Amino acid sequence: MEAPTMTDEHEHYEAVVVGAGPGGAAAAATLARNGVETVVLERGVDAGSKNVTGGLIYAEESAPYTIDGLLPGFREHATERPVTDYYIHNIAGEKVKTFDITQGHERDTEWADAVLRRKMDSWMAERVHELTRETGGGLLTGVKVNGLLRDNNEIVGVTCEELDPIEADFIVAADGVNSELARAAGLMDWEEPEEWFQGVKAVVDMPGDAINERFGIDDDEGEAHLFSGDLYDGVRGGGFLYTNESSLCIGNVFHLDSIVAEEAEVQELLDALLTHPLLAQWLGEEYDEREYSAKLVPDSKKAANPSPHEGRLVLVGDAGGQMQAQGPIIKGMNHAVTAGALAAEAFVEARSRGKPSTAGERYEQRLHDEGVMAKLRPMRYEVASAAGENDITTDLAERLLDSPLGRASVRAADTAGLLGRAYGSPYLASMMPDTKTPYVTLPTIIAEELGTRVADDNTIEPPSLGERIGELTYDTDVGNPHIVLEDDSVAASGAAVTACPVSAEGFGGGCYREETVQSNGDEERVVSLDTQPCVECGTCAVVADTQWEHPRGGKGVEFREG
Amino acid sequence: MHTVTLTKGVPDFREGQVSFDEDGHLERGNTPTVMNPNDKHALRTALQTKVRHGGRLSVMSMGPPGYGDVLGEAMESVYADELYLLSDRELAASDTWATAITIATGLQKLDETPDLVFAGFKTADGETGHTGPQACWCLDWPIITHVIALDVDEDEGTVRAKRLVEGDIEEIETVEAPIPAFVVADPEFEPTYRTAGDRLTLKDLRAETKERAKNHEEHMTTWDHADLNLDPDYIGLDGSPTIVSSVDPIPKAPAEREATMVDPGDEAGMSEVFDAMAAHAGGEQ
Repeated sequence: MEAPTMTDEHEHYEAVVVGAGPGGAAAAATLARNGVETVVLERGVDAGSKNVTGGLIYAEESAPYTIDGLLPGFREHATERPVTDYYIHNIAGEKVKTFDITQGHERDTEWADAVLRRKMDSWMAERVHELTRETGGGLLTGVKVNGLLRDNNEIVGVTCEELDPIEADFIVAADGVNSELARAAGLMDWEEPEEWFQGVKAVVDMPGDAINERFGIDDDEGEAHLFSGDLYDGVRGGGFLYTNESSLCIGNVFHLDSIVAEEAEVQELLDALLTHPLLAQWLGEEYDEREYSAKLVPDSKKAANPSPHEGRLVLVGDAGGQMQAQGPIIKGMNHAVTAGALAAEAFVEARSRGKPSTAGERYEQRLHDEGVMAKLRPMRYEVASAAGENDITTDLAERLLDSPLGRASVRAADTAGLLGRAYGSPYLASMMPDTKTPYVTLPTIIAEELGTRVADDNTIEPPSLGERIGELTYDTDVGNPHIVLEDDSVAASGAAVTACPVSAEGFGGGCYREETVQSNGDEERVVSLDTQPCVECGTCAVVADTQWEHPRGGKGVEFREG
Repeated sequence: MHTVTLTKGVPDFREGQVSFDEDGHLERGNTPTVMNPNDKHALRTALQTKVRHGGRLSVMSMGPPGYGDVLGEAMESVYADELYLLSDRELAASDTWATAITIATGLQKLDETPDLVFAGFKTADGETGHTGPQACWCLDWPIITHVIALDVDEDEGTVRAKRLVEGDIEEIETVEAPIPAFVVADPEFEPTYRTAGDRLTLKDLRAETKERAKNHEEHMTTWDHADLNLDPDYIGLDGSPTIVSSVDPIPKAPAEREATMVDPGDEAGMSEVFDAMAAHAGGEQ
C-alpha cells in the first residue's frame, strides 16, 4: 500500500553514491562504465545548488584521473575561463608588491579552469545520470541521505528523508565538508577549529568584454589573483579573485581558529578586500553582486582521513577532508575527482575478485600508491609544523622578520629573485607553518619594503549583510530547523555570532545573535538562533555547541552560482 | 496495464478569471476553460499506477475541440501516452447520463480494454459526481470510490484499495475488486514515491513526455458520434433526461465582521490595534 513500511526487503543497488559534486560524479561515472548498478542521491534541488567553490578546478599531470578524462566535454560545457596568468599580491596599507607565480602554478598542471558550481555540477549530473541509468540506477536530486543503514552493527546501506532505506554493496560518501555519513560512521568530527578553513565569496557580475579590457586578456584567457598582508586585521588567511566568462569570484579563505580568536566579522573582511584600492582597476564604478556564499574547507594537512573507509562505506572529497590548501596551492575538486575514481576502481576490482568487502582497504591503498595522500598530508609539513608551529619559534620568526636585519633580508631575497621563486614553490608551500608569519607578517613586510603605493580610488559600496541574505534563494522549510543550539551560553556558542557568515554583532536578520534576557531579576547574555538565513557552511557546527544537520532534500539555501 | 483517466474542461472559477453578468449568470465566453481541479486526484492515481506497474496511460474527455488543450495539460502533468477527445455538435448539451453513455462507448472502442478507469471526484461546474459512476454502470464494472491508497495485483487480476467510508476520514476500509474496474480517488489521495526506482521511473517519464507534450495534438485521437456508432437520439441534448427549470444565482454573503481602517502613522490608533491583538496573543480566539 502507500505507507512506507520498514521491512527486511529493502531496495538494493550495487552502489549508492551520496552527493553529486565532483567526487560523487567521478565515482558514479567510473562505477557505471564498469557496469556497476549505481544510484546517485543528491540533496539539492539541482546538482550544484548546495555547492560553493572559490574556485579553480585543476587537472594535474601526475593524477591518475582528471574530470575531463572521465566526462569528456567538461571544459567546453562546464567551466568558465582557464587560468593563464597567476599573481600573488602582498599588501601593507595601500602599498602592494606583486609577484607573478604563473610558472609555479603551471607545475604539474595540465590545465586549471575557473568554475561556478551550479553550472558545473548540473552539467556533470546530466552526464552521470545518462551513464548510471544504463546500469539500472540513475541520479536523483532532492533526496537527502541522513544516515547509515546497519544490520548487526555492520553498515549495509543508507537511510533517507524522502525514500525508504536502500541497501548497497558499496557506499560512496561524497556528501561534502559537512558529511553526515562520515560523522555517522565516526570517521570525521567537527571538534577542532584548527582543522578547518572558512571561505566566503562574492560572485560579481561583469560583462565578458569588461573583464577582457580590465584584465587585458582575451575571451579564452583568465587570471587568478591571491591577496595577503595587513588588510585582514591579523586574521590568518588570504583572498582570491578569479575571472569567469561574465563574472568574477572574489573571496577570502581564513583559518577558522583565527576567525574565532580575532572575533572577526567575516563579511567585513570580504568588504576589506573588495574596497581595497588595488581592486579598483578591476571593479570599476558599478558593483553588482550576484551571490554571496560561504563554505567550510577542511585543511587536509590535519583533517584528511588517512583511512577513509568503514565496512562498505568510503569517503571521497571534502567528506574525507581531501582539500589541499598550502600557501598559494588551493586544490580540492581535483583530489575529489581522483579519489572518487580510485574508490570506484577499488570496488570494481574487489567485486571481480569476489571480495566486495575489501573495496575500502583497496581504496586506501590506492590513495597512497597514487600519491594522493602524500599531497594531502605532506610529510614535509608534519616535520616542519612540529618545529615551526609553537609560540617560541613563531615569536622568534616574527621578531627576526620585523628587525632591520629581517627587512634587509627580504629586500635582498627579492633582488636575487628568491621571493618570486619561493611563492611558486610547492615544496616550500607544503612546509608553510599555519602561523601568522607567512599569512600576515611576511607579506606585510614585503609590501612595506618593496611595494608601490596604489593610488586608485576604489568607490564601490558592497551590499550590506541584510541585502546579501535578501538576494539569496531559500526554501526555508518552516517548522523544521536543521540546527539546534545545545548550549546558548556566550562561552559555548558566542563565537558563532561573528564567525557565521550570515550573522554579526548587532545584526538582527541573521542566524546567530546575542541577546540579553531577564531571569529572576538578573540579566544574562545568551546566544539565540534562527536557521532561516543559513547558508549551510557548517561553521557553527565547529565553533558553537550545536546539533547540526543539513535541511531535508530540496530545502534550505539554493545557490544559483556556487 | 492500460489505464484511462477521465477529465473535463470547466470554467476557471478562480477570482480574477471567472466572469458573471449582471444577473449573476456565468459568462462562458469570457471565462477561460481549465482542467477540472478535482481531476488532478484521478490523474495522480493514474500516474502512480503507471510508475509502479508500467503500461499505457490514456486520458479521455468529452467536449468541444478546445478541450484538446486540457488534454495537453494532462499529458504534461502526468506524462500521458495517448489522448482521446469525444467531440462533435451532436454531443453538445449532454447531461451526465448522455455523457456517461458516450464515455462508456468511447472506452469500449479502445483497441485495448482498460484495466482501470480513473474518474474525477466531481466537477467544479456541475458538482454532481454522477458521470464516472454512470459510465461504470453502463459497462457493468465494479467501482471503488473515495480511494486514498491503491494496489494492483496484475497476476491475480485484482485491485485493492483503501477507501473512506461515506467519504469520512475517520472510517477507512480496505476493499478488493476484479479488474477491469473504475476507481475514484478522494482528494485525500497522496501519491507516494518512496523508492529510488519509482523516482527514477518518474524522471524517465518526465524526460520522455517533455517533447511529446509540446505536440500533444499528434497524440490525440478525436472521435465523433459516427465513429462511436451512437444514435443521436440517445446522446447530446436529445438524450439528456435532465431538465434545468431555472438557475438561481447565489447571493453574496454579507460581511460578518466590521473592519476599521487605521493609519500605521496614527500612534493612538495603532496602540488600540495592539491592545485589541494583545488579548489574543496566547492563541485564544
